[in-house]
Amino acid sequence: MTTILQRGLAPARTVLPNGTVVIAKHSPTTPAVTIHASVRAGSEFDPPLQAGVSHFVSKTIDRGTATRTAARIADELDDRGVSLSITINRHAMWLICTCLVEDLEPILALLADVMTHPVFPGDEVERKRGEITTLIRQDEDSPATLAAEGLLTDLYGASHPYGRRPRGTIETVETIDDAALRAFHGERFRPASLSLVLVGDIEAGQAIDAAARAFGAWAGPPPAASNLHEAPPATGRRVRVIPMMNKAQADIAYGFTSVRRSDPEYYAHWVMNNILGQYAIGGRLGDRIRERDGMAYYAMSALDANVIPGPLTIRSGVSPENVDRTVAAIDEELQAFSQDGPTEKELAESRQYLIGSMPRTLETNLGIANYLQTEEFFGLGLDYDLRVPDLLSAVTRDAILAAARRTLVPARATVVIAGPYAGHVR
Amino acid sequence: MVHETVLDNGLRVLIQEMHTAPLASVWCWYRVGSKDESTGQTGVSHWVEHMNFKGTTNIPRDRVKGIIEQFGGYWNGYTWIDQTTYTETATRDALDRMLFIEAERMTNCLYDPADCESERTVIISELQGGENDPDTLLDQELTAAAFKAHPYRNPTIGWLSDLETMTRDDLYGYYRRHYVPNNATLVIVGDVDVREAMRRVTHHFGAVPPGDVARRPPTREPEQLGERRVTVSREGTTAYLKIGYHAPAAADEDFFPMVVLDAVLTGAKGLNLWSSFRTPPPQRSARLYRALVDTGFASSVSGGIVPTLEPFLYTISVTATDGMSLDRLEDAALAELDRASGGNVTEAEVQRPARQLRARLVFENDSITNIAHQLGYFQTIGSWRTAEMLRERIDAVTLGQVAAAAVKRLAPAKRTIGRFEPLPAVE
Repeated sequence: MTTILQRGLAPARTVLPNGTVVIAKHSPTTPAVTIHASVRAGSEFDPPLQAGVSHFVSKTIDRGTATRTAARIADELDDRGVSLSITINRHAMWLICTCLVEDLEPILALLADVMTHPVFPGDEVERKRGEITTLIRQDEDSPATLAAEGLLTDLYGASHPYGRRPRGTIETVETIDDAALRAFHGERFRPASLSLVLVGDIEAGQAIDAAARAFGAWAGPPPAASNLHEAPPATGRRVRVIPMMNKAQADIAYGFTSVRRSDPEYYAHWVMNNILGQYAIGGRLGDRIRERDGMAYYAMSALDANVIPGPLTIRSGVSPENVDRTVAAIDEELQAFSQDGPTEKELAESRQYLIGSMPRTLETNLGIANYLQTEEFFGLGLDYDLRVPDLLSAVTRDAILAAARRTLVPARATVVIAGPYAGHVR
Repeated sequence: MVHETVLDNGLRVLIQEMHTAPLASVWCWYRVGSKDESTGQTGVSHWVEHMNFKGTTNIPRDRVKGIIEQFGGYWNGYTWIDQTTYTETATRDALDRMLFIEAERMTNCLYDPADCESERTVIISELQGGENDPDTLLDQELTAAAFKAHPYRNPTIGWLSDLETMTRDDLYGYYRRHYVPNNATLVIVGDVDVREAMRRVTHHFGAVPPGDVARRPPTREPEQLGERRVTVSREGTTAYLKIGYHAPAAADEDFFPMVVLDAVLTGAKGLNLWSSFRTPPPQRSARLYRALVDTGFASSVSGGIVPTLEPFLYTISVTATDGMSLDRLEDAALAELDRASGGNVTEAEVQRPARQLRARLVFENDSITNIAHQLGYFQTIGSWRTAEMLRERIDAVTLGQVAAAAVKRLAPAKRTIGRFEPLPAVE
């Protein structure tokens, strides 16, 4: 049965008999449709000793099917000006593209073929191995990437799905062959793993019918459930330096494990993060480190509350002589926040911003599609966009102060510094 | 439909009603960029842009934060070779606020000496962050080598020594000279009423006096007589190759044929500097992708041609696959480019990019922010009407024009080749 909500975003959602979820939203701004397919096939499902399989599949799944060569797929996409982007996160693989309305049926048919009948041809797999190896080598030369990934490793442990590098390592990628790719695809690509969102200049009912024609015949049992475990919270402060003396600037990644998306304190954490490191140009951290101290081009924080307590990460890029001062400034800002919490003005401003920015977030087809996938992934409900204002309005200063005292504790911070820095910050 | 008005003080105002979302986007463009800078003052345009977010006579420093955010809004700005621009997109009820901010920015920025000093290190940090990336570093070196006379050779962020020595008075003088209404274009797109919006524009900007911009005469880059090379050897993990050719200016008859040629070679990107490069182009059937990536020489290839006031560069950027020698990669890339420069492009090859570009133009007009950007961008380097005629201009490109552009523009003697050779880390 199709559920349609009439106010707000009001998407239509249906579950096909095979378990595939289809969500559609009519948006007539341009004569185009954005297709956003999310499959529960992210890097958390990599075999423990083969980090990087999910990413490898994302690079090769569109390189040939039982009935289409890689060149034919390329032609069918390119002829219509369609660029298919395939990315992974910890939990899902996303296949996203935008096409003209008149091309929706053939592009959906192509996507269904790519997702259900990939063959992972040997020559394509070998070529992509070279490309992936190059990406990993580029990461190893990037202070920003090494600091961010190093922080996650130190927070979650090198074998935890959140702590492993999503692309794997040179060594693990070397061991991945076409059989491993086929096995991963067979286990994770099932009709019930797929959530398909269509947003554009097409009536929702027609969009759902088109999706059913493309994916309705796909059969298979549901996939195995995720068995992610929570990482133990840090008990003390940890600091690690990755020296890269050939670089001009050092990158600092400073963070904590935070809360689950389903935690009742999530909304307080959301507003807290906005005040701390997002509002205007990087919140309090941007005010202090960029605007007042003039130490960095960027200083900000990001919250990834997820199916387990995800990371809250503070990032800044600074010249080597400012590393110690910047880390000290972050410590001070967190201490002050945990002591006094936000001001009434800060709370009111951030709340107003987060609520007021929703029309902008939902302006484009891609923006709407991303939002609907997030709603579906976390089971927030089709009316979530209507409930957000009340959820945010209910957040109090005391709730944010409690969130800060729970999460923003410098004595339990994990810090990774990558770059031309030889100091000994503590 | 775009409504165009020029105020008595020379401010050009472009307004387009779009009632698809309860939002309005404002862009204020200035015809000043790094090409307007003199020796010793490279980077001044970009630094001035930073200073113009730091309070005005009527927006005290501590009220800048939140002034647009309270309307759920977003603000930003950028500086490049021909232009400096500022933007806000917020709910429609913020229109008056946005216009007030832009009028203040045009006339009343503070340039507090302490703020100028503090921003010096922020910008040097921005420069050093860019230098952490070998691809950015190589791009800077290639551009500097490709031009010997035209100021397009200077990086927009500036050279470090200039950033270390420029003074508050240098910044303020530059600001006062260029931030005048007769040097600006104000664009409003969104859920607004043209007459009411125009009334508010007149209220905020009508009394701003015009000024003498005293633009110096442009230098024409002398014809390049032979291939140039620049090699950067530094610690790193990955090799990069860049090949730059002198590109036509946006108003040149060769420009749109070159856009199509780039699509043949590296895939169709679209022409919106603000949005086109955020999604990768459809490129799997493009010539250089097939010749370099499908063959395993490279892990990625991209091409960039952007509309500019004066002739800039068409740059091909290639990342070598791990372990691939730069010499072999360069041979393969040049063989393909030299094949194209022979003019052997086919009708079918030109038809596909034309279709791709038509689709990309639809995709990149999906927000009022993007649409407003295009009007102001093209007005700043020529006329906003070009933004409305992109599809016609691309449709009108013929095979003969593409072939002729390839022969003329991709000649080996007119290229500059940049190589980043990674050296092993010193323990």
